[in-house]
Amino acid sequence: MGRIAIGHIRPARALTCRPLLACVYALLGACAAAPPSQPQTRPLTSPGHEAATDAAYPSTYRAAPAVATLIRGATVLTGTGTRLEGGDVLIVDGRIQAVGTGLSAPAGARVVDAQGRWVTPGLIDVHSHLGVYPSPAISALSDGNEMTAPVTPNVWAEHSVWPQDPGFQTALEGGITTLQILPGSGNLIGGRGVTMKNVGATTYQAMKFPGAPQGLKMACGENPKRVYGSRMQAPMTQMGNVAGYRQAFANAQDYREQWAKYQRERAEYDRKNEDGKADPETKPPVPPKRDLALETLVDAMAGKILVHIHCYRSDQMATMLDLAREFGFHVAAFHHAVEAYKIADLLAREGVCAAEWADWWGFKMEAYDGIQENLALTDLPQGSCAIVHSDSEEGIQRLNQEAAKAMARGERMGLQIPPEHAIRWLTANAARALGIDAQTGTLEPGKMGDVVVWNGTPFSVYALAEQVYIDGALVYDRAHPPARPRSDFLLGQPGTGARP
Amino acid sequence: MRHLFIACLLVAGSTLAHGQDILIRGATVHTVTDRGTLQNADVLIRNGRIQAVGAGLSGGEGTTTIDAQGRALTPGMFAGLTGIGVEEISAEATTQDRAVMPNAPPFEMEWRPEFDVTRAYDPRSTLVPVTRIEGMTWTVLAPASAEGGSFLAGQGAAVTLDGGYEAMLEGSRALFVYLGGQMNALSQGSRAAQWMLLEQAIGEARRGVAGPDALLHPLGREALASYLKGGRVVFHVSRASDILRTVAFAKQHGMKPVIAGGEEAWVVADELAREDVPVLLDTLANLPVSFDQIAARMDNAALLERAGVRIAFTQFGESHNARKIRQLAGNAVAHGLAKDAALAALTATPAAIFGLGERRGRIASGQVADLVLWSGDPLEVTSVADQVWIAGRAMPMRSRQTELRDRYLERLRSNP
Repeated sequence: MGRIAIGHIRPARALTCRPLLACVYALLGACAAAPPSQPQTRPLTSPGHEAATDAAYPSTYRAAPAVATLIRGATVLTGTGTRLEGGDVLIVDGRIQAVGTGLSAPAGARVVDAQGRWVTPGLIDVHSHLGVYPSPAISALSDGNEMTAPVTPNVWAEHSVWPQDPGFQTALEGGITTLQILPGSGNLIGGRGVTMKNVGATTYQAMKFPGAPQGLKMACGENPKRVYGSRMQAPMTQMGNVAGYRQAFANAQDYREQWAKYQRERAEYDRKNEDGKADPETKPPVPPKRDLALETLVDAMAGKILVHIHCYRSDQMATMLDLAREFGFHVAAFHHAVEAYKIADLLAREGVCAAEWADWWGFKMEAYDGIQENLALTDLPQGSCAIVHSDSEEGIQRLNQEAAKAMARGERMGLQIPPEHAIRWLTANAARALGIDAQTGTLEPGKMGDVVVWNGTPFSVYALAEQVYIDGALVYDRAHPPARPRSDFLLGQPGTGARP
Repeated sequence: MRHLFIACLLVAGSTLAHGQDILIRGATVHTVTDRGTLQNADVLIRNGRIQAVGAGLSGGEGTTTIDAQGRALTPGMFAGLTGIGVEEISAEATTQDRAVMPNAPPFEMEWRPEFDVTRAYDPRSTLVPVTRIEGMTWTVLAPASAEGGSFLAGQGAAVTLDGGYEAMLEGSRALFVYLGGQMNALSQGSRAAQWMLLEQAIGEARRGVAGPDALLHPLGREALASYLKGGRVVFHVSRASDILRTVAFAKQHGMKPVIAGGEEAWVVADELAREDVPVLLDTLANLPVSFDQIAARMDNAALLERAGVRIAFTQFGESHNARKIRQLAGNAVAHGLAKDAALAALTATPAAIFGLGERRGRIASGQVADLVLWSGDPLEVTSVADQVWIAGRAMPMRSRQTELRDRYLERLRSNP
């Protein structure tokens, strides 16, 4: 695609795998916030097993101070499939305390009159490259694709995130409270993704969603074989792609077995020592050398890292489901699942989510069969998990409009898709795919106070998020927009302040 | 399913009625003229043209009558600057004809202003019906600038999306030039050299001859010269300072400039209004995706309109999803642009910019009957086009995508 790309084709999507640019981006210094809640060193006897969440590079996220808030008299879409007219949402200590009608505000609470407004859970984008392919899209900051080898599960997207990307703020203005940042799709196995809270911060650790599992980004289809095939390297074909995934996971199985063997021998050695039967000449067993790439895959097979696969075609998704069976892992979601509608029943049966655009198609052969009814058809079978995603710094600003388009196309087909159901595509279902559905994605007591107040139905081109709350803190208020940009990059640049 | 059924009936009826008069009754007619929006109004179509617009019209014998039931009727919309019919699958070189790439080494630059992308247009492309059934009845085919080519990309023109071979719309021809930092790789490393090279080419065109280091071939000199007498030149440019330089350059060389992109156009809105230079913009381009558009913002359209600049909407680099252009308009409204102005930026204004204003872009007698009947608010993402007419012919509301939809809906329903 590179040859037509100059100047007109928005790089973030058309070149999901951007050219590798020789560059080094030094991460900002560690945040001086509260100490990490978990040990930073991993136990030697457990390769990678504690690393999937917070053990290394832990989250330093702390919710902003928040007063109790009662949002009153709105049309509330709870994300559980319910719609409440004249509904109230009470947020206390950063958590949803109650959703209902006629709730009363605790003393000192902020009361928001939301008559005529709609309230939804904070929106969640399962597929973003903000921070790793930020604005400005310059070589120094293009850190999303480690295209030096087709299998790089050792790299972590979070180590590429530039927290000053102005796209975080514009996404927030569109109601995005949580997002997964993924490596690009140039590789068969691109590395680990990270789930973030969409809050302003100087370090990425201060955005990292506490306790959220990491993702593993894999890619089907044209991108990896184009990138490496054009260099006369493997993979050059679809079958080369599959061989690449299989060998990687086979290596991980072997690695897992080496560690298991070591653990058995170590246990035996320790037991003998305790029993006093040890031969003083016998040395303790030596642990295998750590392999960062295989650690990631072992954790994916153990379900500690959730597998997210960029995969357009229905036949290729079916192949990936067989791969998952062969190596005993679960696919959390297929992303860019342009042909999910062809296998909607299979995906529902397997409990696999499909994350989709509303209408993007045709930019490559594997996207040629894209239709606007994809989401609605994916959503149709019992037990399905349809998700609206962006993969774009523009689309993430209006995921609600993407859902609105898909909803309208479904209804045009004769399906009944009420707003209280469609909102799940960008809240509850997205939370499920990211493994954070116990914490966010719906307005239920005990969940995080991640809430958006809209100026009307969010399923409209005229919809604007008026207020956005994260963990109960009002982080965006359209009536009182920040006078200066949140991003250091934009600060002091001409023309980036308030309206002229 | 009900709507689909009605749509099919409409098509069946209209096929029979081909060549006959059509009367659309009881519509909310967005004329995009001084008459504004007419409630419960009728539009009479005869011989592919709009014959009359008003209340209580009646057709002659054999007139097909459509009951609009108060739905919105708009002019057929502009699909933006695209490669519809010129690229079937963007990433496949054998289906991709948007750019000429002579692949000359940098020190032997070869420019081809005579390159005319419309010659690659295939009315049978699947993109034509995919776009058309969403209410877009015409587009401007814009050549792309690419690695191995030059930042002066060649010529394009408007085509009607009626599916016919004779699709080019007379008088709409334009030359396309891409400027700014993104083009540095094609201008020997500096945007300053873009002006230097353009001046060299213009010199060759004016003199009609060239030395051994010529950029242009004889046909290229002829082609470029034709734009130096008031020809329409679309300059893709983002940065405020580059926009001003473009306007001055065009004036100096007798070109009629159109700014495309214009992410920082709001900064120089007064200057653009004074020189009556129109801007084709993507209203969703609010991020500083390059250093050329640090001041990009959501209300660019509203600020330009307020300053008196003529605006039209387009996406850039988009052909397949050209239909998204309506969403650009709706978002501009959400960020301060009046609804009428947003509709004009999809219809009458782009038609005027490309020299088609006398024939297209409005609902008025004498205009070509490119019309769309909408299920709801024409700018709303939940609305769909119920029926599209091009030059008075009802278009079948089907595409390869509706075929795929129906096949798999059927399968899912029969195999629950």
